[in-house]
Amino acid sequence: MLRAAGLTKQVSSPEGILTILDDVSLNIARGESVALVGPSGAGKTTLLAILAGLDQPTRGRVWLCGEELTAMDEDGRALMRARRVGFVFQSFHLVQSLTALENVMLPLELAGEARAAAVARETLANVGLSARVGHYPKQLSGGEQQRVAIARAFVMRPEVLFADEPTGNLDSATGDRIGRLLFDLNAESKTTLVLVTHERDLAARCDRTISIDAGRVEAGREVA
Amino acid sequence: MKVLGFALRAFRRDLRAGELSILLAAIIVAVTAMTAVGFFTDRVGGAMKDQASQVLAADLVLRSAGPISPGYLQDAKDLGLETAETLAFPTVVVSGEQTTLAAIDAVSATYPLRGQLTVADTLFGNGRPATGTPAPGEAWAEPGLLGRLGLEVGASVSVGERSLRITRVLQYKPDQNIGFVNLAPGLMVNLDDVPSFGVVKPGSRVTYNQMYAGSDATIAEFREQLTPRLRPDESLRGREDAGDQINAAIDRAQRFLTLASLVTVILAAVAAAMAARRYALRHLDNVALLKTLGATQSFVIAVTVTELVFVIALTSVVGVLLGYGAQYGLAVIAAEFVGFVLPPASGQPFLLGVLTAATVVVGFALPHLLSVGTTPPLRVLRKDLPPPRLSAAITYGVALAAIGALVLAIVRDPLLLGLIAGGVVGTAVVSFGLGWLLVRSLSRFRGAAGIAWRYGLANIARRGGESVVQIVAFGLSLMVLLLLGVVRNDILKTWEQTLPANAPNQFMINIEPDQIAGLKAFFREEVGQEPVSLPLIRGRLTAVNGKPIKEVKVANAQGAAFLQREANLTWTDTLPASNVVTAGEWWGAGYAGPLQLSLDAELATNLGVKVGDSLTFNVAGEDIDAPITSLRTIEWDSFQPNFYVVLSPGVSADLPQTYLASVYVPRDRVEMLSRLVRQFPGVTVLDLEVILSQVRSVIDKASMAVQYVFLFTLLAGVVVLLAAIQLTRDERRFESAILHTLGAARRKILQGVAVEFVTLGSLAGVLAAVGATLLGWGLATFAFKLEYTVSALLWPLGLATGALIVGVTGTLATRKAVNEPPVAVLRDR
Repeated sequence: MLRAAGLTKQVSSPEGILTILDDVSLNIARGESVALVGPSGAGKTTLLAILAGLDQPTRGRVWLCGEELTAMDEDGRALMRARRVGFVFQSFHLVQSLTALENVMLPLELAGEARAAAVARETLANVGLSARVGHYPKQLSGGEQQRVAIARAFVMRPEVLFADEPTGNLDSATGDRIGRLLFDLNAESKTTLVLVTHERDLAARCDRTISIDAGRVEAGREVA
Repeated sequence: MKVLGFALRAFRRDLRAGELSILLAAIIVAVTAMTAVGFFTDRVGGAMKDQASQVLAADLVLRSAGPISPGYLQDAKDLGLETAETLAFPTVVVSGEQTTLAAIDAVSATYPLRGQLTVADTLFGNGRPATGTPAPGEAWAEPGLLGRLGLEVGASVSVGERSLRITRVLQYKPDQNIGFVNLAPGLMVNLDDVPSFGVVKPGSRVTYNQMYAGSDATIAEFREQLTPRLRPDESLRGREDAGDQINAAIDRAQRFLTLASLVTVILAAVAAAMAARRYALRHLDNVALLKTLGATQSFVIAVTVTELVFVIALTSVVGVLLGYGAQYGLAVIAAEFVGFVLPPASGQPFLLGVLTAATVVVGFALPHLLSVGTTPPLRVLRKDLPPPRLSAAITYGVALAAIGALVLAIVRDPLLLGLIAGGVVGTAVVSFGLGWLLVRSLSRFRGAAGIAWRYGLANIARRGGESVVQIVAFGLSLMVLLLLGVVRNDILKTWEQTLPANAPNQFMINIEPDQIAGLKAFFREEVGQEPVSLPLIRGRLTAVNGKPIKEVKVANAQGAAFLQREANLTWTDTLPASNVVTAGEWWGAGYAGPLQLSLDAELATNLGVKVGDSLTFNVAGEDIDAPITSLRTIEWDSFQPNFYVVLSPGVSADLPQTYLASVYVPRDRVEMLSRLVRQFPGVTVLDLEVILSQVRSVIDKASMAVQYVFLFTLLAGVVVLLAAIQLTRDERRFESAILHTLGAARRKILQGVAVEFVTLGSLAGVLAAVGATLLGWGLATFAFKLEYTVSALLWPLGLATGALIVGVTGTLATRKAVNEPPVAVLRDR
């Protein structure tokens, strides 16, 4: 489903070349859920960004659903994301000027889906926000905002869902509920899930944990 | 399709969220200013076109010195045109023992085809529009004719062998030749009576006219048919020929007002650019998100461009509607000096509106918004990724090119475009320099007072660039308003003070040489002062140094224009008081030798002649030839009669001539003028004070119209201010939240904000006052040659207006940001 081979990411900094990812290879099967864990600055988010096609590696290749992401240009990767990928972010990334419903409609509209409103409404109902469709993000609590973001991620029935610290901005009780929701929906739709998290509980729910430190996959820390 | 639908929804949402408010407001102000002027000048142009038809009394006139084929009339009627005929000739009119030369106008029943005759039942009676024309056996006489013959309405006069009864006083006819010196008073008669006069014979000096009126297209068609068939002595005059000068004047007025509104467009464009920048910055995250969700770069750009097309459409429609409403204001101001009802406007200004909106959007908003398209999607994970940077060359280059294209479309003259560009850049550099100095000068006062002051002044200094833009935007519009409102009055007042109290205020023309003595005696008796009189000889320049003028090359267009018309000449032995000889020598008092002439130095330059050259003038059929023996500079605004060409005394006295005279009559003695007219019926009296007050009224109205246009500029200044405030809104929210958290009272923060904007406004006021003073001084000194004293009002007025408008608008617009609860603001970050 998702395969990476020899991923290296280097950036130039005032102190010289900085290696963020160093020869990372991994393989994730369809329907599998994987947690990327590791200390701050280990390169988890960079890895996620490259796997999702949001960023390009300095070296190495990525295949998503059998197609090589790293061989595509920016627009090709965008089309790939539109068809097969969903995202959930730590800071929700809802458009402040749009209502909950309109935020969820956004990917549908991008895809030119005619029944955008009806589908979005249904998905919002699935995350328990039927009563909140007309609310703007700032009228919603943090947990509610993340549920809107999750609805938006699942509304296109993506094959792969990338989540970057999805509970990082929430208190533990709310984070727990959001985590459960994420995995429930994941199980229901058989989506492949790639998750960056600091939360042990959340990582433990995954089929597998990949531990990253200083830009490398820690040997023997890939827990099946 | 997908793009269109997405863009439409995005546009609707942006409108609802108020994201586009300032951008829209800025463009609407620009479009409104442009189209208000466009609609107004369009209507004035239409009115002037109608007026040009009135000057002809028709849409097209065929003129000839001989009888014109009646077949043409039939052809015209066949095309559906209205027609009329007139015949004009000078002849002697007799009443008892009295005779006088009259200009006979024989007209057909349908005359005039355009415009209206005004008649009265008694001499100096109330005028009313005439119905029809004189019936056979009747005549309508101009007041001068009745005066000369000592007649009233109802009397009879003889024209050749026919006796006619005068039934009306003819006060006005549309195709009247308006000139200071009319040859003879007019008598209008019925065309069918002409054969019975027995005065029109082959070889008589008669002008035959056929007149036609109808739709523009039919007239054009008829003109095309007629032109190849005309004899050499037949000529056609259409309203475009009659209206050339008027059209040129309108064109100039239109360009001037449009250029004035261009200042508004430029300021509004600056506001639009600021608003677009803020919109773009706010949308970086959204665009990154859209890309994460799978939107391609081309899709994002297509949506942005489509949204901007909606912006252009919306602002065009709203701006044009507002502009159409606003031009009523201009029309009301102008109604008096235009002097007639304006016809409705055409659709053309709408195009100007769309063009303006497109220019502002493409030149000022598009570059900022397009740059958003290159936002990397990675920004969703890494907020610290910097926004895409626009190269300055693109930002300013595109903006300058857009404004340049708009100006070129308006003035259609690359040279003028260059001059304007130079002017704009020069003004910008000077005012930005001044603005920067003003902002810099504030730092001294930082420590002067409490926290509110320090906070306010610090804000101005910190947003240095934006502060300068705001000061300049306001300062410029205020400056123009001060210039028109205060400085203009100062200059007019100064000018009036330079006029001597007893400067001549009455001008008299058409005085026969044998009336001069009587006229002088009359004034001696009535006001104890003799008028200054000068002979007036009409002559046409026919040769220079013996060479016919056709072969003479003059130096410039003014010189060529002089050759086209009959000139007014005079003769005298004393150099007029307001003249100074600059070359050659004046002939001196008592001179009676061979004929010499003295020329206005400027005219000599225009004609390319000098002292020693000889000029030939044709005066009433006779050629007179004289050498130029002196050149003079003339003070034209001296209120003394002045002449380009002065002849030496002697033989000049025998040339056909009338006199003109000027005298001062105290205001409370003007009733004596009616006795003057009765005693000297042929003399025409011009009241200079009436003319002056008319001129003044025209200047007042014209500057009011310009002021009105610059009110939009002030509005654009307000939008610049709002755009700048919007740009810094998030920053201000955050800062005031921090200050709140640190324990500052809301009032204190608001005071700081008020200090900031009142200071900004005052600085704009200072800039405006400096500019208006300098410009006023320059105008007075160089253009009007007057001593200029600065009005005491100028500085306080500029300062107060700036402080008030900017202070109130700025504080009100910022209040909301300051009043938000700090918790909400800080959580947002």
